[in-house]
Amino acid sequence: MSSDDRQVWITGIGLLSSLGEGVDAHWSAVTGKNGPVIDEDSYAPYPVHPLVEVDFATQIKKRGDLRQMEPWQRIGTYSAGLAIEDAGLTGNLEMLDTMDMIVAAGSGERDADMDQKVLESTTGENANKGHSNEILKSELRPTLFLAQLSNLLAGNISIVHKVTGSSRTYMGEELAGLASIENAFNRISSGQSDLMLIGGANNAQRKDALLIFELGQNLWGDKFKSVWERDGGGLVMGSVGAFLVLESAAHAKARGAKAYAKMSAVTSGRCSRGEGEARKQLLSQFETMSGKIDKEQIGVMSGASGCGQANVEELVFLSDLDVGGYNPVMRTYGSLLGHSFEAHMPAGLALAALSLSKGEYPAPFEESENEEIAEGIPSQILVTSVGHWRGEGLALVTGVDSKEAK
Amino acid sequence: MSNSNTDHKGRSVVVVTGMGVVTSLGQGQQDNWRDLIAGKSGIRHIKRFSTEGLRTTIAGCVDFLDVDPYSAPALSIAMAESAASEAIEQADIGKKGDFPGPLFLATPPTELEWPQRREIYTEEGADSSLEGYDRLLSACRAEKHEEMQRLFQFASVGEHLADKYGTKGLPISLSTACASGGTAIQLGVEAIGRGDTDTALCVGTDGTVNLEALVRFSLLSALSTRNNPPEGAMASFSKERDGFVMAEGAACLVLESYESAKARGANILGVLAGCGEHADAFHRTRTSPDGMPMIRTISKALVDAGLKPEEIGYVNAHGTSTPENDKMEYFSLKQAFGDVMETTPISSNKSMIGHTLSAAGAVEAVFSLMTMQNGMIPPTINYNTPDPDMGKIDAVPNKAREADVSAVISNSFGFGGQNVSVVYGREPK
Repeated sequence: MSSDDRQVWITGIGLLSSLGEGVDAHWSAVTGKNGPVIDEDSYAPYPVHPLVEVDFATQIKKRGDLRQMEPWQRIGTYSAGLAIEDAGLTGNLEMLDTMDMIVAAGSGERDADMDQKVLESTTGENANKGHSNEILKSELRPTLFLAQLSNLLAGNISIVHKVTGSSRTYMGEELAGLASIENAFNRISSGQSDLMLIGGANNAQRKDALLIFELGQNLWGDKFKSVWERDGGGLVMGSVGAFLVLESAAHAKARGAKAYAKMSAVTSGRCSRGEGEARKQLLSQFETMSGKIDKEQIGVMSGASGCGQANVEELVFLSDLDVGGYNPVMRTYGSLLGHSFEAHMPAGLALAALSLSKGEYPAPFEESENEEIAEGIPSQILVTSVGHWRGEGLALVTGVDSKEAK
Repeated sequence: MSNSNTDHKGRSVVVVTGMGVVTSLGQGQQDNWRDLIAGKSGIRHIKRFSTEGLRTTIAGCVDFLDVDPYSAPALSIAMAESAASEAIEQADIGKKGDFPGPLFLATPPTELEWPQRREIYTEEGADSSLEGYDRLLSACRAEKHEEMQRLFQFASVGEHLADKYGTKGLPISLSTACASGGTAIQLGVEAIGRGDTDTALCVGTDGTVNLEALVRFSLLSALSTRNNPPEGAMASFSKERDGFVMAEGAACLVLESYESAKARGANILGVLAGCGEHADAFHRTRTSPDGMPMIRTISKALVDAGLKPEEIGYVNAHGTSTPENDKMEYFSLKQAFGDVMETTPISSNKSMIGHTLSAAGAVEAVFSLMTMQNGMIPPTINYNTPDPDMGKIDAVPNKAREADVSAVISNSFGFGGQNVSVVYGREPK
């Protein structure tokens, strides 16, 4: 078997976000001039990118299944279905039975009304702590627990789409998305797997999730601004589902599948985010892949969150690429989609692969000086992931020959 | 080929060179093993919070570590540190705070708990004209909650461990529900098999016995309600079984390529002979009625290990004591093993330590390896009335048994169709 056979191809993309559903809607949105979709009122002072209106039943056909899921699982199960369909594998039970899955997940929605009841009755002057037992007993729904468990997004994907080769769920906010991409790349490259489904889902339209990130004051709580205009001031959450079908070239060719692009390298690391550490991480990771990079035709799909010092350091790292003779065209996809934690890097990878297969750069995602209109044809795109708290990583995606391309 | 560095599939042989464990029975391999083979139970009435009005009032809590205030991540971190320190010391690997490989961590999903929500809700900065989450958010805008932020991210437990032990690369936090511990070990085996690393730190930890978690499992009718006496509640494989008992614990394995372990003269505690996995698409909490995903998981593990069923001397069962699990697990074993299963000893560590959830696969890995080391099979306690639906079974009832065991299969099954089986061997072939 030649090393080309172990190339990691992206053969299916499933995207669902504030911009629409599916690859066509997303390509049209990222090349158009409509800008982001934002809801500044419902969760004020926090703007969010709300999910487009979607008929979940087109991918999740059984009403019983839909009833068992809260929004984040619906978003994820739906976009996983889009990716499988896009790869031409819907209903191919034989292949889905060998498909290895890694889902990057947080947890699901809480029942805000119930939480409020417990808080009201167990704090303040008339507090009765024992009362919480009674409220929880009568108000907690068993189905809600299953909708909250991190690994039950994967469980639902198995049930609805019949993906059963293996099923793993990674946790840890942005780290989870990055680690799932890196692990899938390593497993396919090394021959441990031929066919994988990876991705994640985020529902931004929930106050319990906003609360988790506002504990550390990580949210942008003002009129909407795009990522770099926020100058590290906070992140804006977006509802996003992003899944990809990754496949060894040999496996894809054998079934006649075409690729959007191939993955050339994935690196990851962590630091404690002392001054300059995130930049150092990115630089040393970049050096390990620099030999594979085409200096002229490189694009950057930045996953910057808009939050914290590391965000500012990522911009320094990217700006400094000029010094090394690289001339990247940059797009910061959080400005259009919002930040989606576990789903964020998979979404960036999807947009990078789409751009390579279309042979053009998307229109600028924001009006800052960092993004310019670009005419060239990208041959490679570097996707970055700098977590709002922890984890730094890079993925290099390369276009494929026209006879292999979607 | 004797003592080869590669296995029957040409992959690096992976061995265990360090182990650590904490359960409701105590801290460390020695104390746990002593109680386990004595058939002692760690299940008690819950003291951590009021169980007034609840159907289940018992659990296997780890209350002897200094964790104040309790929160699931804080206890999960403390137990994981205890287990990892023990394992790394035994393996005698790396320098202090500089473990030479990655971390694979099975850890429970994280969320804010009631004491923290109440604390934020009543803070000075909270805008009392607002209700519910709006008030909580107002308190967070008024003041940064850095400690809570560090504790209640999904990456928190992994981050703490990576910091303390200096593991390399991204710490991988994973959940496959009650199969998580098995998955963490699988990921370590795969990483060494790819040649990504010579060694890996595989940890499972779970400290989630809190009010809401108890109520949630109770509402799913998953928990035993045989509260009195607590030690008698877990009745794995017996007719009386009525559900599991939630429990806490952690375990850690230092995995190493055989080649690297030999090169540094490490003491080898056992071998990771093979892993099997197959997901179930039938139902969120139930197993396919035909058992196929479990059967395939078990069979894949045997094939991966290159072993025949008769070469497995002991089955370390998932054995949760729920009517469904024990029936389906034994049925699937019989399908995968054939008639030889009827005479293969099978026992449930959970009958004594309860169900340690995310940690279970790791905790039971340690006990599987100790079973081979000590030539002694821990019993299934509270096994008094056989379940006639199961047919012939050797559940090692109530009393530990001496046995020369050279290979063990350990099962872990979880909600969401998660199935993992791992085969452990006593020494490299």
